[in-house]
Amino acid sequence: MSRPLMLEQDPVERVKNFDEVALGYTREQAVEEARRCLQCKKPQCIRGCPVEIDIPAFIREIAEENFEAAAMELKKTNSLPAICGRVCPQETQCEIECVLGKKDEPLAIGRLERFAADFELARGVKTPKTAPPTGFKVAVLGSGPAGLTAAADLARMGHSVTIFESLHEAGGVLIYGIPEFRLPKRIVKAEVEFVRKLGVEIKLDTVIGKTTTIDKLMEEYDAVFIASGAGLPSFLGIENENLNGVYSANEFLTRVNLMKAYRFPEYDTPIKKGSNVIVVGGGNVAMDAARSARRLGAENVTIIYRRSEEEMPARNEEIERAKEEGIHFKLLTNPTRINGDENNWITSIECINTKLCEPDETGRLRPEPIPGTEHTTPADIMIIAIGTTPNTLIPTTTKNLQTGKKNTIPTDTTGRTNREKIYAGGDVVTGTATVISAMGAAKTAAKNINQYLQTKQQKSHRKI
Amino acid sequence: MACTILRKEELAPDINLLEIAAPMVARKARAGQFIIIRIHEWGERIPLTVADYDRDAGTITAIFLAVGKTTEELAGLASGDGIADVVGPLGNPAEVPRDSVVVFVGGGVGVAPVFCEAREFKRAGNRVISILGARTADLLIWEDRLRAVSDELYITTDDGTKGHHGFVTDVLAEILAEREVDRVVAIGPAVMMRVVADVTRPSGVKTIVSLNPIMVDGTGMCGSCRVVVDGKTMFACVDGPEFDAHQVDFTLLMSRLAAYREEEALSLERFHGEKTDGVGGK
Ligand SMILES: Cc1cc2nc3c(=O)[nH]c(=O)nc-3n(C[C@H](O)[C@H](O)[C@H](O)COP(=O)(O)OP(=O)(O)OC[C@H]3O[C@@H](n4cnc5c(N)ncnc54)[C@H](O)[C@@H]3O)c2cc1C
Ligand SMILES: Cc1cc2nc3c(=O)[nH]c(=O)nc-3n(C[C@H](O)[C@H](O)[C@H](O)COP(=O)(O)OP(=O)(O)OC[C@H]3O[C@@H](n4cnc5c(N)ncnc54)[C@H](O)[C@@H]3O)c2cc1C
Ligand code: SF4
Ligand code: SF4
Ligand code: FES
Repeated sequence: MSRPLMLEQDPVERVKNFDEVALGYTREQAVEEARRCLQCKKPQCIRGCPVEIDIPAFIREIAEENFEAAAMELKKTNSLPAICGRVCPQETQCEIECVLGKKDEPLAIGRLERFAADFELARGVKTPKTAPPTGFKVAVLGSGPAGLTAAADLARMGHSVTIFESLHEAGGVLIYGIPEFRLPKRIVKAEVEFVRKLGVEIKLDTVIGKTTTIDKLMEEYDAVFIASGAGLPSFLGIENENLNGVYSANEFLTRVNLMKAYRFPEYDTPIKKGSNVIVVGGGNVAMDAARSARRLGAENVTIIYRRSEEEMPARNEEIERAKEEGIHFKLLTNPTRINGDENNWITSIECINTKLCEPDETGRLRPEPIPGTEHTTPADIMIIAIGTTPNTLIPTTTKNLQTGKKNTIPTDTTGRTNREKIYAGGDVVTGTATVISAMGAAKTAAKNINQYLQTKQQKSHRKI
Repeated sequence: MACTILRKEELAPDINLLEIAAPMVARKARAGQFIIIRIHEWGERIPLTVADYDRDAGTITAIFLAVGKTTEELAGLASGDGIADVVGPLGNPAEVPRDSVVVFVGGGVGVAPVFCEAREFKRAGNRVISILGARTADLLIWEDRLRAVSDELYITTDDGTKGHHGFVTDVLAEILAEREVDRVVAIGPAVMMRVVADVTRPSGVKTIVSLNPIMVDGTGMCGSCRVVVDGKTMFACVDGPEFDAHQVDFTLLMSRLAAYREEEALSLERFHGEKTDGVGGK
């Protein structure tokens, strides 16, 4: 037996809108799929979930048509199930561990998670009980998945939590990076609302390192959790990269998603649509940028990646959907130079073909240019999606805060940085990773912050 | 944070003063820094340089020229109106020298941030010489305020209606020819800053300009504000906005500023249409 197919918008139609592509399981499909679960005594699937959802438990509720109870089960460990059900790389996380996968298709855990969470959202979310107030105050820096998760967990433990976010909307990459057609913003807003209902205060438009600093916050807060992500875009470092029409994926996606440029001029922020769009990179970010460009109306959108499809870090599902939407793939190719006109607008890019050689330090096959394969491709928009690193704003304005490779902030296994009371988690610690790994790290840190605060309380009681 | 406009005043045709309540920003603001505002949910994020701040009252003052949709819409707001978002202070504060002779050059609305900076330089014990330029006498702003923080003040107008008939750089060149100057700070339109850089380049006097590329977040997240200084790509919002004028690629800056000309025209046209249709903002 295999899993039911999930309904999707037809590719021909969906490239004309920004509505969600995957439509989710129907009630019947969800129940049918949930009944396929073996309810294993020693469920392997849980091992694959960084936030340790009791997967068979929530699936059983769906099988028994107790959808609300399924959602409650999810929310015991995951404050953002409607998001994870959509963007988790399930196929390499929980689903790869599912025993059904040995003979058949593994259980569609992500889709079921999405189903239960959406069911609850449609009904109106109930706020769970929180522990009695402890009197401790915790500051959380950043409102991406790591910040939201830590804030929710700490609030449930009874602490008073304030999130400080530099942008004008909460959600981090979920709001400014991942497009509407993959993760509708009403879902992110609803999940943020849930965190607010737990009593978390969210201070938007507050840039830590500029509006205030960690050291200043420490005068008022008992602990700090840094969840500022990895938001600084990398560029290729090739000639003419500052021509008009050359975007970082962050800028392109921020204009489209956060600023709603796809609805320009109803919304004020403009974006260039282009007719020949080149996207450089092979991850989810590259797919999102390419598919957004297509929806804005570009005729030709091409992804250029220096390795082969096998090495692409993007989810298979997203690569497939990109192909269905008519995105071209130019693999084993690397851009070497950008050409422009007299007004400094990009006109074309020069590329060279590559071949894969022995693995590099990351374990992936190293692309090597093949001399004599230089060629030129027309382009009026180029989007660079080759990765991001953490911003240095926080470490450079915090006394003695240690940084590691590529501006990351290292922590010990409890999530603590080199400074007492200061914890960190998510992309700022690991570099760009996944929503669920950021949430996993946040849960660990929240647990340890709680432990630290309790010990502190016991010590101060002893003093009295 | 959402904030309220405490004072909106038209200082000259199309030149408006905006004083907003933003205590968190006011507490930390320094000369040379900027804020980003967004008027409403549909709005663009636009940067404005800090022209003045009052830490006790918790207010920030900016002065802006109505040049397009957002600045025109902002000009149409009144005291008491709300603004959806204000973020700041962003960018690095100006580097303040000691015991130096500093010439400030302010063009158009650039006069306002020059005031803020000149005041700080003066307090630090520097000798401040200010040159203010405008197209015509009616467009001169904050002359009195600037005079109060300057040891010397010169005025130029393109049409000769006040002060020297000509450009700020004429006066600057004269001053540089006559005496020792340690530093020049120029804030204004990109063309003006470029000409100032050209005038001071031969003598090599240290020259600082405040760059104004198109920004989105203002925190180093998007790279929209890329400028090239000394052959290196920098993000003006976090590495600047002030840079060594002699190293700035002004041609690139100016071409990038023109990137959205068509869209800006469309947006403005639509806005004017809405206004005459009586639909108003949104
Ligand atoms: C386009 C795109 C698509 C992706 N697709 C997927 C996917 O399909 N599946 C998946 O699992 N992962 C995906 N990822 C990766 C995933 O989004 C990240 O790993 C995850 O968001 C990291 O969470 P975080 O909370 O650590 O950081 P972020 O989500 O980056 O949030 C950090 C927040 O901190 C704020 N901040 C930063 N500096 C400051 C400061 N100084 N003061 C105040 N606030 C600050 C930022 O504005 C931001 O809101 C994608 C990433 C991108 C960019
Ligand atoms: C650091 C910084 C400080 C600034 N300080 C001031 C100030 O104190 N007073 C003042 O009058 N102006 C200032 N500006 C310029 C001001 O931000 C623009 O005039 C404004 O954004 C124009 O928006 P608009 O919709 O009215 O006009 P539009 O028609 O959209 O644009 C007119 C021109 O303004 C520039 N511009 C457009 N959007 C942006 C943007 N998001 N960011 C920056 N520039 C843009 C472009 O060159 C464009 O051609 C500053 C800009 C920067 C980067
Ligand atoms: S949160 Fe992600 S990894 Fe965990 S069960 Fe859900 S889909 Fe799987
Ligand atoms: S491993 Fe698969 S079958 Fe077993 S409990 Fe988990 S989801 Fe169900
Ligand atoms: S405005 Fe986005 S990085 Fe400077």
